[in-house]
Amino acid sequence: MNVSAPICRAAAAILLSGVIAVGAHAQGFAGMGTSADGFALPRPGAEFAFPDDHGPHEAFRIEWWYLTANLRAEDGTDYGLQWTLFRSALSPETGKGWDSNQFWMGHAAVTAPDAHYSAERFARGGIGQAGVRSDPFAAWIDDWQMTGIEAGRLTAAAADFAYDMTIAAQGPFVPQGESGYSVKSQAGQASHYYSQPFYRIEGTLILPGGPVKVAGHAWLDREWSSQPLTEDQTGWDWVSLHLDTGEKLMGYRLRSALDPAYTVATWIDPDGTPTPYRAGVLTMTPTAITEVRDREIPTEWRLTLPGRGLDISVAALNPQAWMDTAIAYWEGPVRVTGSHDGVGYLEMTGYD
Amino acid sequence: MWIAGLSALLSHWRRKPLQLATLILGLALATALWSGVQAINAEARASYEAAASAVGETRYAQLLPREGAIAQARYVELRRRGLQVSPVVEGRITVAGDSWRLIGIDPLTVPADVAPSGADIAGDLTGFLTAPGQIYAPPAALDGLAEGLDQQILPAEGLAPGVLFTDIGVAQRLLDLEGGISRLILRTDQPLTLPELETLAPELDLRRPEAGSDVARLTDSFHLNLTAFGLLSFAVGLFIVHGTIGLAFEQRRPMVRTLRALGLPLTTLITLLCLELLILAVIAGALGMALGYSIAAALLPDVAATLRGLYGAEIDGSLSLRPAWWLAGMAIAVSGTGLAATGAVWRVARLPILVPAQPRAWARASEDRLVLLGGGAAALAATSLAAGLFGQGLIAGFVLLGAALLSAALALPVLLHAILGLAARTAKSPVAEWFWADTRQQLPGLSLALMALLLALSANIGVGTMVASFRLTFTGWLDQRLASELYVTARTQAEAPALRAFLQERADAVLPIWNIDARVAGLPAEIYGVADHPTYRDNWPMLDALPDVWDRVIAGEAILINEQLARRESLGPGDTLALPGDWQSAIGGIYSDYGNPAGQVLVGLPHLVARFPGIEKRRFGVRIAPEAVPALARDLREGFGLPAQNMIDQASLKAFSLQIFERTFTVTAALNVLTLSVAGFAILTSLLTLAAVRQPQLAPVWALGLTRRRLAALELARALLLAVLTIVAAIPVGLLLSWVLLAVINVEAFGWRLPMFLFPRDWLLLGLLSLLAAALAALWPARRLARTPPADLLKIFANER
Repeated sequence: MNVSAPICRAAAAILLSGVIAVGAHAQGFAGMGTSADGFALPRPGAEFAFPDDHGPHEAFRIEWWYLTANLRAEDGTDYGLQWTLFRSALSPETGKGWDSNQFWMGHAAVTAPDAHYSAERFARGGIGQAGVRSDPFAAWIDDWQMTGIEAGRLTAAAADFAYDMTIAAQGPFVPQGESGYSVKSQAGQASHYYSQPFYRIEGTLILPGGPVKVAGHAWLDREWSSQPLTEDQTGWDWVSLHLDTGEKLMGYRLRSALDPAYTVATWIDPDGTPTPYRAGVLTMTPTAITEVRDREIPTEWRLTLPGRGLDISVAALNPQAWMDTAIAYWEGPVRVTGSHDGVGYLEMTGYD
Repeated sequence: MWIAGLSALLSHWRRKPLQLATLILGLALATALWSGVQAINAEARASYEAAASAVGETRYAQLLPREGAIAQARYVELRRRGLQVSPVVEGRITVAGDSWRLIGIDPLTVPADVAPSGADIAGDLTGFLTAPGQIYAPPAALDGLAEGLDQQILPAEGLAPGVLFTDIGVAQRLLDLEGGISRLILRTDQPLTLPELETLAPELDLRRPEAGSDVARLTDSFHLNLTAFGLLSFAVGLFIVHGTIGLAFEQRRPMVRTLRALGLPLTTLITLLCLELLILAVIAGALGMALGYSIAAALLPDVAATLRGLYGAEIDGSLSLRPAWWLAGMAIAVSGTGLAATGAVWRVARLPILVPAQPRAWARASEDRLVLLGGGAAALAATSLAAGLFGQGLIAGFVLLGAALLSAALALPVLLHAILGLAARTAKSPVAEWFWADTRQQLPGLSLALMALLLALSANIGVGTMVASFRLTFTGWLDQRLASELYVTARTQAEAPALRAFLQERADAVLPIWNIDARVAGLPAEIYGVADHPTYRDNWPMLDALPDVWDRVIAGEAILINEQLARRESLGPGDTLALPGDWQSAIGGIYSDYGNPAGQVLVGLPHLVARFPGIEKRRFGVRIAPEAVPALARDLREGFGLPAQNMIDQASLKAFSLQIFERTFTVTAALNVLTLSVAGFAILTSLLTLAAVRQPQLAPVWALGLTRRRLAALELARALLLAVLTIVAAIPVGLLLSWVLLAVINVEAFGWRLPMFLFPRDWLLLGLLSLLAAALAALWPARRLARTPPADLLKIFANER
């Protein structure tokens, strides 16, 4: 990509500012519903209302539509794909056209056992180049789009890869945390968070070697907030796992410069019933480190969740699944072995 | 031995400081004119480059609308289909009385290297994108802008002069272009599944990055003109250097023989001579560069004004020093010296040690040499003729020009020799016979200076004739073209109908002047609508047209195009031309359109409005009795409220146009004068050096009884005679040059051909001036001769024989 690297880094930093670099003063105002700089703040106990909540929440600073998929080709080769649309508001008050405060970033990737392709797009709101509509659902940036949220189509195309997939939900939308209120730190930073972990997905990956027909499981995460992380939190390790039993597990570990890591998990039954686990129940321990782009990245993990008898190893399909985007991070498909078997996705940020 | 040898060689220059000065000055002058012109060109090109790269024009392909703007919705549609393009909005705004080129980009989609250096958009992206917004400006211009604009004004040193750089949203608002996009930068990272560009955006023109900016292409010819002038001056300067070096080497023949006899090996001697020349070249080159820099700095404001007026190209009025320019200048000084000295060094290398080392006025009037010169002249004339007959383009034009000039220069000694030979037959007295014979004998020594004079004079006559012919044609054309007495522009589209109604009550006729900017045959062009009115039928400067052409134009059956467009695309009446919007039209006529670098098309007004309903309808020409113009202007100001800057009367417009014209040729005139001065200097140095070596030839004549006064008078007469002959010869050469300029170079460079007019009074004046210069140049050596003590003349018999 020959996007202006500094501008894109600046753009990505703005987009992720709510996630990574927030002021610590905000929590004092949390109970009032808005932060000091005018953005809305998540409220516990708020019910999701669909289809409206599939659409954007422009009063919040940051939001994403985050889809990952574990795929298998007819020859048995495993693949992974990612399709992400980030939204960010530059300021609480918006304008029309180019004066819109809304700001969009798309990430797309395909991971094969021996290769990883990634691309990104940027756009401003207000002119129609990127956006999300709740009903009928459509999320897009340029030609990358996801149309339909119960069943639909997912496309992305970059200079060295493309994909064209269909998705169909086989289960309900699942609220994360306390009925969708997901707490991110001891201090009470939070987001609104729900998932659709039950997609069947199939379609064609177009890779430099030619088209590949694939099918598998996909997982959509929807999350919005204004200031989800505290200042001392340095990054996170996040997994979404499709277990062979039909159960799903979402877990993350927020690393902090000051405190021990903050881990959270949601166990999802095959019928979609979630069981959130309070901080600290899930353990996530790196078991193997890979050097990726001059960084030490933990690409194998041991996860335990005592209440569910879970003791598994999570290993990267391709340890070099580095997202070479303006804000770079590791994201790729994983294989699950141990007390449970399955596949899933691992995302790791903040390894600089 | 090396040191001793070098100091022996250099001692010559110590004893002949005038010769040294001549050599250094000649070389410095040659280098100065050449490098001065190069500095101007480099500065202008750097400005174009900066202007173009501010919007990535040089590095990326672009998609351009055939006319008007690209709808923003269309841009979004193309993005949604996967095409990776980034929008650019561009236009002119006036801030505090200054006109600026405002460029707006979208920082989120633009390629990295499009933004100007020094603009730290990433550092404050939110500030760039959100109100009030930021505008980057050239650092020198910050103060004036802050008062006229609401946005934060920031410096960016990479911006070309006259360019402002901002976000697309800000630009659209300031330019009143909301929802419109001027062009799209085509990124290199297109998705692999993208459909063909032709099917995605068939309505847009693709411009490849290597095509360069329009401005660079349009101004190419102007810079080539300047370069040709620089080259001419350099050639004239080299004549001086060649002459001086030749003389110095001839005078040092005894020294060379002595050094060789003392055992200095030939290779060492040659190396030393080259070393000596290198030292001299470097010194003179450095001097010339300094001089060239001053010349460039002095001329640059006029060049800048010309380029702005003629092409709308902005270049910086101040000169920056570029290392490449210094190196090129020094290289040309050294290689020029090398070229001029090759013959002399070659002769030293072949000098037999034992021949009498007499100075022989360094060249013999041998028939061989004349044959050689004549052959060279004939070959060059043939080259010139071939370039004229078979050549294409501006370069061929300059080959034609250069070869013709050089051919004439080489032919001059042959011609003079023949004339002097004829004159010798008329001689009755021994003194007259000696005079003619001696003049012929001296011809080789003077011929280089005379050639230089011929070149400078004919360039002067040629360029002068071209400029004067152009001026005459241009003023006549302006009278035709600017037929309306008053030109007015409504402030807004909405005001235009009221303005028109207001004028219609008071004037004889109100003629809409409505146009669109479009691309015709791949280059920017203007399409004007023309109303059905006798003003056009009676006055329009038509060069070639079908019968009843105006009826056809009004009926929409034909269009008119300007000469530039016709020549560029080889079109004539009866051909068809594709206009934007799938509009094929027959060409009804071709009109002259001097001073306009762009193509222009004239169509019937109703047809233009029907095709482009969104056309700007703000300008009108008003026909009214000339004496009623001031009253109408007052009415417009006071009764209608139209500001004075929205109207211009015919006289002011003509004055303005002529001013642009005059400025265009200021530089030409300045270079012309400089070239002539170099030629004058060449004559002076030639005569001075000849005078020194001619004493052995004059002493016997003096001894035979001719007084020193008489001898000096004859010397003066000889110089004047040769000058007159050269001046006379320069006239036809100059006329040939001006014909080539008008009929070949102008056509290639600008796209118009001009009729040639003759100005004998100018030639006379120039001839007298040159004669005066030659007389002054000859007076000094003549006076010296007249005052040479007889003892010195006597000594010659003792010393030289």
